[in-house]
Amino acid sequence: MSELTHLDELEAEAIYILREVAAECERPVMLYSIGKDSSVMLHLAEKAFYPEKPPFPFLHIDTTWKFREMITFRDRVAREKGIEMLVYTNEEGVRHGINPFDHGSAYTDIMKTQALKQALEQYGFTAAFGGGRRDEEKSRAKERIFSFRNEAHAWEPKNQRPEMWNLYNTALHKGESMRVFPLSNWTEKDIWQYICREQIEIVPLYFAKERPVVYREDAIIMVDDDRMRLLPKEKVQIKKVRFRTLGCYPLTGAVESNAETLEAIVEETLGAVSSERTSRVIDKDAGSGSMERRKREGYF
Amino acid sequence: MGGLLKFITCGSVDDGKSTLIGHMLYDAKLIYADQKNALILDSRVGSRGGEIDYSLLLDGLMAEREQGITIDVAYRYFNTEKRSFIVADTPGHEEYTRNMAVGASFADLAVILIDASKGLLIQTRRHVRICALMGIRHFVFAVNKMDLVEYREKVFREIEYDIGKLLLSFPTDSRSIMPVSATEGDNITSVSLKMPWYHGKPLLTYLEEIDIFKNKTQGSFILQVQRVSRPHAMFRGFQGQVAEGNIRTGEDVYILPGGEQAKVKRLLSAGRKTQIVNAGEAVTVVLDREVDVSRGCVMVRHIDVPVCRLIRAELLWMDDTELVEGRNYLLKLGTKTVLATVLKLHYRTDVNTGDRIPPKYGRKNDILNCDISLSEKVVLDSFENCPELGRFILINRVTNMTAACGTICHPLRRSDNLTWQNLDVTRELRANQMNQKPCTIWFTGLSGAGKSTIANALEKALISIGKHTMILDGDNVRMGLNCDLGFSERDRVENVRRIAQTARLMNDAGLIVLVAAISPFSSDRRSARIIIGEAFFEVYVNTSLEECKKRDVKGLYEKSRRGELPNFTGVDSPYEIPENPEMTVFTEKASVEDIVDRIVEKAGLNG
Repeated sequence: MSELTHLDELEAEAIYILREVAAECERPVMLYSIGKDSSVMLHLAEKAFYPEKPPFPFLHIDTTWKFREMITFRDRVAREKGIEMLVYTNEEGVRHGINPFDHGSAYTDIMKTQALKQALEQYGFTAAFGGGRRDEEKSRAKERIFSFRNEAHAWEPKNQRPEMWNLYNTALHKGESMRVFPLSNWTEKDIWQYICREQIEIVPLYFAKERPVVYREDAIIMVDDDRMRLLPKEKVQIKKVRFRTLGCYPLTGAVESNAETLEAIVEETLGAVSSERTSRVIDKDAGSGSMERRKREGYF
Repeated sequence: MGGLLKFITCGSVDDGKSTLIGHMLYDAKLIYADQKNALILDSRVGSRGGEIDYSLLLDGLMAEREQGITIDVAYRYFNTEKRSFIVADTPGHEEYTRNMAVGASFADLAVILIDASKGLLIQTRRHVRICALMGIRHFVFAVNKMDLVEYREKVFREIEYDIGKLLLSFPTDSRSIMPVSATEGDNITSVSLKMPWYHGKPLLTYLEEIDIFKNKTQGSFILQVQRVSRPHAMFRGFQGQVAEGNIRTGEDVYILPGGEQAKVKRLLSAGRKTQIVNAGEAVTVVLDREVDVSRGCVMVRHIDVPVCRLIRAELLWMDDTELVEGRNYLLKLGTKTVLATVLKLHYRTDVNTGDRIPPKYGRKNDILNCDISLSEKVVLDSFENCPELGRFILINRVTNMTAACGTICHPLRRSDNLTWQNLDVTRELRANQMNQKPCTIWFTGLSGAGKSTIANALEKALISIGKHTMILDGDNVRMGLNCDLGFSERDRVENVRRIAQTARLMNDAGLIVLVAAISPFSSDRRSARIIIGEAFFEVYVNTSLEECKKRDVKGLYEKSRRGELPNFTGVDSPYEIPENPEMTVFTEKASVEDIVDRIVEKAGLNG
């Protein structure tokens, strides 16, 4: 008899979690950010329920500032896999012209956090899967797999429900909800190795290619469309870069890389000296407690 | 290569758990560069002033950094050339014991830290006990802060002796005791030169090499059904994770608790077709015939798995409310959730001495031995035989919080039932069974005031939220129980007395009773209040005599006007208005729905 590999174990755990939610939660939804973790979650959802389609819809919070390639990828994946893909944008934010250049952390709050709350309330979702992993950030390292949210969608880190073995307590009162993280125990390396093993399709932005970029402070920002505001003296250069995480293009840092294949990415990740979230400009705003603060306010 | 090792660090507060892990990651160069920067940055404002405070690597919550303590369990992921690790760093404060237990439930091995200058503390003993309760069978004792006792062997040996004594009462598969210094790095990733008298391995090496492999595929096949998948009429698959053993297509399985038999026709493992599935795999099973299978059923190869509704269990109580005998909870075991009643508390284990103390009730962080009855037969086993069938959580039905976690010592058979038959079934126990607070809502007012209408609407509202009720309507009672009574003053007194006594009996049975009776005399209502006691809730249905006459639903006012009805309240017999009712409602001003809502709220019938 063979022992399960580390990846097999993580896969089985994630599938167990997906099925538990499908069986116990009233109205689940899977958050789909188009990133590699979302691609892994979608793949796991397909495997968990096969030959049935995943018994819940998918939801993308569109800030209108995502890379164009992400949107193309999202629409094609939804079409090809025959899944229900809901797209939600905070239209009021759009009307007020909220953008990542002028509004800093307010932009994240309005176009992501508030938009997410609005979408969950509009559809009445009681449980939302997210691709968060505990190796990403210190406050996330403390979060339960089934993370309880009160009526205001807020996380109460000091009063989390005990989570014993694989016995998840999904009981809720009206208005309360759950965030569920099936990839909690995966590391960035696990994600890449799994993508490799399962040949999961991901947005081409993850692979190194020559792209137009500017160097801004410590980050490399791609110029994805003509809304990008250049600072004086900033010059667009063509560099071979790839992305380790994907989000809104003006807030997502690229890394210089030659990794054009999954194998090469895994190779690079194994030797990575910088953890993944450094390429998100957004985290640097308020020091090391910033992620926890956002989550308490309802950020995913 | 030893595979993945999940372990926890625990021990009393300030024994240096977070520092130990931080140092291990740092030394083994397992932290990423930017985390290291954040660490150095944080240390400048932290408590160690300038030196690197390794614990800041793990204490991730703002409140933790402010207070300099660990509140919740933090998970860290790292790998060396030899092995992948997930470490759960758990809080030491007694207040956060339940978070420590969360970490323990997840781990295969525990690293217990002991401050060499303090020795075995109560909290250390508590943690060892909880680790054992949650199923950990591999222990490493790291006697920390050896630098503070000048690395003396004698100090270490004394603690080693105490640990040996403590472990006598716990089953372990492996154990090791090592002297370390987490801040100085002695025996963490490399052998310390300061303690030549210690001949063992450093901690990280030990963790890399220990074999914790449990051969779960050897057991007999067990699968707890998580979900039934029916995408279309041609496919019916049963999803779940194999708890033990393996099964092949073509082999027979039994479905418990029913006991029906079927052959495995098709198998999917993580969505892929296969001929055999093993323990730990997430599978979908298709059977060769229609059998009754739903979530919570268990598929087994051998039918000898216990199916029962009474268990002896060990609990770790985690709720803020106290546990008393007779209280009801939801019990989740595997994929099955049932109603459960804690019937008998046998003893509480003193975490320090291990003594068994008879408890009146259970308090937060207590370890309790008790009997629990289940509302239906459940497929289960002792935790020792099969962890997946022998562990459960209790959920508080009011707050939805996870109130306790527990492990099954053994199922109880009918012949063991004697242990709980001497339990007094009290009013509280019956009420708990119904998940409600019994009371009597006493509606008084003129004939035609709307008492029955409100009582009926209230009853429907209560039934809709799952409450158990009974209406005692004055008119109806007079046709049965009180058919011998007329309308003289004496008979009216007796009428009210009998209604009150009946209501009281029904309250004792756990019911919420709604009485609709004119009950015109204050003295009668007072005696009803005395009979029923604290559960009495008087509602004065205030409707003007003019309005009642106008409504005259039963035509009684008309009869009375014609002189056919002597002693009719409000006409030729007085109605004494209540002086201090719990509530007064005005039917001419408010709708029945509003009145019902207000009563539910004011009388607290929701809880």
